[in-house]
Amino acid sequence: MISLKNIAIVFNKGTPDENLALNNINLSIKEGDFITIIGSNGAGKSTLFNIISGSYFPTSGTVSINNIDVTRHAEYKRAKYIGRIFQNPLMGTAGNMSLEDNMMISYKKGFKWPILSLNQKMRQFFQDELKQLDMGLENRLRDNVGLFSGGQRQALTLLMMVLSQPALILLDEHTAALDPKNAALVLELTSHFVKKYNLTTMMITHNMNHAIEYGNRLFMMDKGEVIFDVQGEEKKALTQARLIEKFHEIRHSEFDNDKVLLSQD
Amino acid sequence: MFESIIAEGCLYGIMALGVFITFRVLDFPDLTVDGSFPLGAAIMAAFLVKGYSLWLALVLAFVGGTMAGMLTAVLHNELKIPNLLAGILTMILLYSVNLRILGTSNVSLLNVDTILSRVFGFLKPIGFSREMSYMLFFILAIFIIKFIMDVFFRTDLGLTLGALGNNQQMIISQGVNPKLLKVIGVGFSNGLVAISGALTAQYQNFADVGLGQGIIIAGLASVMIGEFLFRSNRIGWLTLNVILGSIIFHGVMYGARLAIFEIPFLESSDLKAVQVLLVIICLAGVLAREHQRKKGKEKPR
Ligand SMILES: Nc1ncnc2c1ncn2[C@@H]1O[C@H](COP(=O)(O)OP(=O)(O)OP(=O)(O)O)[C@@H](O)[C@H]1O
Ligand SMILES: [Mg+2]
Repeated sequence: MISLKNIAIVFNKGTPDENLALNNINLSIKEGDFITIIGSNGAGKSTLFNIISGSYFPTSGTVSINNIDVTRHAEYKRAKYIGRIFQNPLMGTAGNMSLEDNMMISYKKGFKWPILSLNQKMRQFFQDELKQLDMGLENRLRDNVGLFSGGQRQALTLLMMVLSQPALILLDEHTAALDPKNAALVLELTSHFVKKYNLTTMMITHNMNHAIEYGNRLFMMDKGEVIFDVQGEEKKALTQARLIEKFHEIRHSEFDNDKVLLSQD
Repeated sequence: MFESIIAEGCLYGIMALGVFITFRVLDFPDLTVDGSFPLGAAIMAAFLVKGYSLWLALVLAFVGGTMAGMLTAVLHNELKIPNLLAGILTMILLYSVNLRILGTSNVSLLNVDTILSRVFGFLKPIGFSREMSYMLFFILAIFIIKFIMDVFFRTDLGLTLGALGNNQQMIISQGVNPKLLKVIGVGFSNGLVAISGALTAQYQNFADVGLGQGIIIAGLASVMIGEFLFRSNRIGWLTLNVILGSIIFHGVMYGARLAIFEIPFLESSDLKAVQVLLVIICLAGVLAREHQRKKGKEKPR
């Protein structure tokens, strides 16, 4: 459903800081795929998401969704079928607006008309959905989202995103800023929603165990390239040791920099 | 005195509501106001003098102001001009436009049929004074506008505008074009400002190209004074704050005018300095309060 062809992106072209952040990316993502992505800092993982979502346009190559070339389509247009969650839990919601207002805004994607949709029926619907989070948020519809904890906000962002029924979701270390308990909770919810709605998912993580445990496919990225793409039985059989071994095999690197590479927390 | 403070508070409060939309809701500091306010006055005066329908003139003033605001947003969106500069460009452009519309730098409305003269003509027989009639009319006008705003900012579009000023990335993620929202929001804001200008021309019985000079300060001061009143996240309270803030501001300015009259070495031209001083005091107050709140908060988990 999503395919990237010969994607490359160069930052600061023609300056001493010139940086080939992605190079020769060719990917084809099928509907229902749950892909985990690992790689060292600066490998280009977030940049890959930025290219898919349209935050950045590639220097060369094409992005297509359902066989439609969207390489130059504005981010807000693509957002109609792409849901995205960032590491920063503040990015997904409007902090000084109430919970119900936030949910109303994200209920349907696309242009909003001056009509009053927020009524008792909608509130009931929001409450029912919020119960899934099991955080007591269903009783706080009128509270400002800014009052919630990071974990609550990220769980809410996840729920709001799921309700808008995106075709693809991009999760960029979305549990990294949370404490271990909340991180585990949000990750559990993620997995629950992905199954429940059969969401096509790409998830960046720095936790090798999560990358192995979740999803049906795994990308390893390094220096702007996807150096390892594994799925099916082979993915299921992966272990941490096997992943590290694989990295050295591909990169012929003897450096003892696994920690930097695939930091495990 | 009492009537004129309330009347002016409500009259300029309409402008302050516009300033509230850009500065607070959209987080788009917009200086177009100093041009769109006299634009409203100029359009109104030009049509009144020619004998057009009063209400049509008022609607056209709104449309003119809206277009001015939209221009500022488009300059910002498409040419990536910083919003403050974009507003200044439109404001200066409007100076020439307003002169064109008025034909001269000052048009008198003394012997012209205006909305206010009609209101007075209507209320006089039942015993209302001129001041009282104007006050009642401006109260009615601003509460109608407040009501429209309160409903609008609860609609899907209105909520989205609110979120834009808070978190632009969220709006993009919802599949909404933030540029379009800015055009709508800044446009609407300046439409209100122009209505305020149009009514001011009738209140003062003249339209003048210099009418709007520094008016943004009055708007900002009103918005900031209002923020010391009710604490709420509901739009109805926020707009009420702006209206009350504007009335308080004009009360203070009334006092300042009297003081200037009393104190021999002060002149009426010093009023602007007093306004600026008031804004600085408000800003300092807001900062102090925020500082207090940060200190008092022990990171609840
Ligand atoms: N807007 C930008 N301008 C210039 N360089 C950029 C920009 N965005 C990313 N880069 C560079 O591109 C490279 C890849 O960055 P990216 O954020 O994709 O890494 P990442 O794999 O997400 O790393 P991390 O694990 O630290 O999040 C880095 O060298 C980074 O400095
Ligand atoms: Mg990253």
